[in-house]
Formats: sequence, structure tokens, C-alpha cells
Amino acid sequence: MEDLLSNVDWAEIGVASWDTLVMVGMSLLFSVLIGLPIGVLLFLFGKRQLLEQPVAYAVLSFVVNVLRSVPFIILLIVMIPFTVMLIGTSLGVAGAIPPLVAGGAPFFARLVETSLREVDRGIIEATQAMGANIRQIIFGALLPEALPGIIAGITVTAITLVSYAAMSGVIGGGGLGDLAIRFGYQRFQTDVMVITVALLVIFVQLLQMAGDRLVLYFSRR
Amino acid sequence: MIVFDQVQKSYQVGGRAIPALHSTSMTIETGEVFGIVGHSGAGKSTLVRLINLLEPPTGGRILVDDENITDYDAAELRAFRRKVGMIFQHFNLLSSKTVADNIAFPMKLAGIYSRTEIRERVEELLARVSLTDHANKYPSQLSGGQKQRVGIARALACRPTILLCDEATSALDPQTTQSVLRLLADINRELGLTIVLITHEMDVVRRVCDRVAVMDAGEVVEMGAVSDVFLHPQHPTTRDFVFESENIDHDELQEDLQKASGRILRLTFRGESTYKPLLGSVARESGVDFSILSGRIDHIKDTPYGQLTLSLVGGDLEVAMKALEAAEVHVEVVR
Repeated sequence: MEDLLSNVDWAEIGVASWDTLVMVGMSLLFSVLIGLPIGVLLFLFGKRQLLEQPVAYAVLSFVVNVLRSVPFIILLIVMIPFTVMLIGTSLGVAGAIPPLVAGGAPFFARLVETSLREVDRGIIEATQAMGANIRQIIFGALLPEALPGIIAGITVTAITLVSYAAMSGVIGGGGLGDLAIRFGYQRFQTDVMVITVALLVIFVQLLQMAGDRLVLYFSRR
Repeated sequence: MIVFDQVQKSYQVGGRAIPALHSTSMTIETGEVFGIVGHSGAGKSTLVRLINLLEPPTGGRILVDDENITDYDAAELRAFRRKVGMIFQHFNLLSSKTVADNIAFPMKLAGIYSRTEIRERVEELLARVSLTDHANKYPSQLSGGQKQRVGIARALACRPTILLCDEATSALDPQTTQSVLRLLADINRELGLTIVLITHEMDVVRRVCDRVAVMDAGEVVEMGAVSDVFLHPQHPTTRDFVFESENIDHDELQEDLQKASGRILRLTFRGESTYKPLLGSVARESGVDFSILSGRIDHIKDTPYGQLTLSLVGGDLEVAMKALEAAEVHVEVVR
């Protein structure tokens, strides 16, 4: 056993795991904070929806599509000047977060839009008939009704961010991906590669399980 | 009182205006149960949604208690909508809220009730619709009839003066339909609120409505007291609805009449005369023999009625008809 994992520095693995956790956690937080309102707006501006705005929808939708269609590895590089401007460095854990949010927020926004569209129109109509204003319809009816879908969306986004965070190792982002590239790939230390991949798999599994539990808890259908 | 003054509604489809409701004028009196019957696509859904402006009209005025609601600004409209309850075919309850929270929802939206007021009102309404034991359940745990009762309780939460029912019983089985209709009739009687009910079943109209409007292709083709419209339908659409609700096959009936001999009369009894032993005495006095070809004895809301189609042979027909008319039976000569 000792021989098999001779290259593995457990302290370094620990630090890298924590870095990945921070990158995913922080970028998920900002992706949700930015993606949720964008998703709500996309829904409201959509065809035959409450605030139908074809032009605003087209613009917003275009921006989201552009960010989503750029491969993340390219987005990482394209974002470097902007990241430096924003937080002073494009390296390490902090430097990885802006490109992660740029990739995660539009992805999550689309998932929010989709889950809001799943809400029965009749419920919106009933809420309108009760004399609700637009804010009350959003917070009182739409978001609570779409909550299970939104939580499922957060889970999917979190898992996507885990793989994005690993990719950010390529541009010196830190975390398990960085470890895998520097030791596993560049120094041919297969054992380090195996451990990092195993940890990432476990991480994704845990996220999915937690997400599924929450969805089940909030589903009243 | 709800007044439609030349109200019309059309939808823009691909740049063309498709009319959903042709210019309509009518009055719905305070405290009555007003039925709107029509096939799907006849415009009845549009008509009921004009009353709380879920659908804004494209022409004309709608007056509710002498106020022109089409002039309301957004805030006035929201305040007005709180005074108009609405229930739906598919209930439209919030699946994420408990029964009690669903009923409390319109009161919370109104923002003018204290927590205690809301709690007390919810308890009162739960008792009213006999769902006290289900307060903490979610809609998915209820049957269709129970869901609709939650819908009714929710619609009543802010003490509305008008209740709109959009095909409220169409998704329910016959027994549940009956109990929901009874609940609506009780509410109408006890709270005196105006009920506007749309349906495609004449039977629903017969059971609870005072007056009815029959719609066809975006137009009101017949309107009047339910007993008049139901017993003496004028428009072909109305006749179809009545026949349908009575399970009468029109062609079959005509065939049967062909086979009968003598004169054929349709007698309509209303109210007390329904129970009088009239036919026997008339037959004895006039010497007419009769046979019953078809008939139905039932209720229109609370009024009993009977409608019989008879063939009469021999005796003095004039005397028989006079005697029937004297007993306030409506006589129609079919042949």
C-alpha cells in the first residue's frame, strides 16, 4: 500500500481538496445569486409570459447563449484580463472564481428559466385573480412552486462547477485539478492522479445525493 | 350588479384580430347564481375572465356595482380582484403550500389582515368546507372534491361579493359534483354573494342557477330564467344542451312520435302542479285516452317540474286542453 501511493502527499491533497471546496462553494454561491434573477427575468420576458419583452428577452438570451457556447477552457483564458482587473490576480483559488461564475451563472439561469416554465399557468392565473402584484406572484407563487426544480438546478450547476474547477488547474487555478495536472500529468505520478480523480468522484456523488434529498424534501406533488 | 355594456374581445393572432366574444350586453343581478353554458371554444371562459379583467376587453364597458372596472389603474384593479373570488376546473392550488396556507394565501397577499385574523378566518373556512382535519396536508394528498373545496375556501377568504366558477365541477365525478354544487348553493344562500358559473353541462345549470346565458361561437344566443330556458328552449344550441342533459336522442324521439296515433301534446308542469293528480281527472272529464310517450320529473334548483309528451285519442280534446291550462300546465301541441 505504502509503495503504491509513494508519491501522494496527504497534506497537499488535503489543502487541494479544501481549495476545490472553496472554489466550488464560492462560485456556486455567486452563480446562484447572479443566475437566479437572470433566470427569473428570462422567464418573465419570455413569449406569452407576465412581462413579455421580446427585445429584452432576445438580448438577455443572446448574452447567456454566448457565455454558454464558449468552451470553458477558452472562457478561462478569455476571462484572464477581466479577472486581474476584478481581484488583482488570475491565479490561485481567488483567480479561478470569476471565470467559474461566468460559466456557472448563465448555465444556472437557463435551468431556472426552465423550471419556472414548468409551473402550471393556472397557478399564476389564480394568484393574479387574488389581486397579487408581480413581486407577490414571483416570491409567493412562482419561486415556491418551482423550488424543487431550482434545487435540482443548483445540484447540476454545482456538479458542473466541480469539473470546471478541476479544469481551472490548467491556468494555475489551484485545487485538485491543479494537483492532478502538476503531479499526475506533468510528473507522471499516476497514484496522485488516481487519488484526485477518486476524490472528485466522491465529491460529485455527495453533491448529487444531497441535492436529490433536498428535491425530495421540497416536492409536495 | 355586473353590467356588460357592448363588451367585446378579440385576440391578435398573426396580425389579425380573431373575435372571441362579439359585442355583448347583459346584466347579472346581485345575489343571483348566473350560469353561462356553451361548448368549448364558445367564448364562455373569455366572458368569465372579463369580470375580473384577467382578460381585458377590446371594446365596451364592464360595470360592477356602478363602477367602470375597465377604467381602473393597476392598484385599483388589484384591490377589486380581492373582492372577486375565483375557482377553477383544475383547482390551481399551490402544491408547495398546505391546505391552511393555501386558504390564507389571498389574505396574506392583501397585506391588510393580522396574523390572528388570518388564523381565525382560515379555521372558520376550513370548518365551512368540512376540511378541518386536513389543514396541514398538501394538495397532492387530497381527492379532487377536497381540492375543489379548498379552492372554494380560498376564494372566500377575503369575503368577496362575487364568486367566479370556471368549469368548477368538470374534473369531478358525478357524486362529488353534486356535493360541490350543494356547497356553492349554500354559500350563495347564506352569504348572498353573486355567483357566475360557466359550464358545458346543462345539468349543472339546472341544479344551481337562477338565470342562464347560452353561448355559441362568441355570442350569447339565449338568456333568461333557467326554468324558461330549460323547459322552453328557443335556440338550436340551447335545445341541443337540454336534450343532451336529459339523455334524449332527438332522432329516436321523432321516430317514436311517428308511431304514436292521435294528437301529441307536450305538457310542462311547474311547482306545485307537478304533484297534482291531474291527468286522470282530465281524462275522465273529457273522455280522452292518453298514453305517455316520454317524460321526466325533476327539479330546477328548488322548483319541481315535470315534462310529459302524451298522445291523446278520442274524447273532447278542447275540453282536455282547457282543463290542463286552467291547472296552470303549459300545453304545447307537437302534432
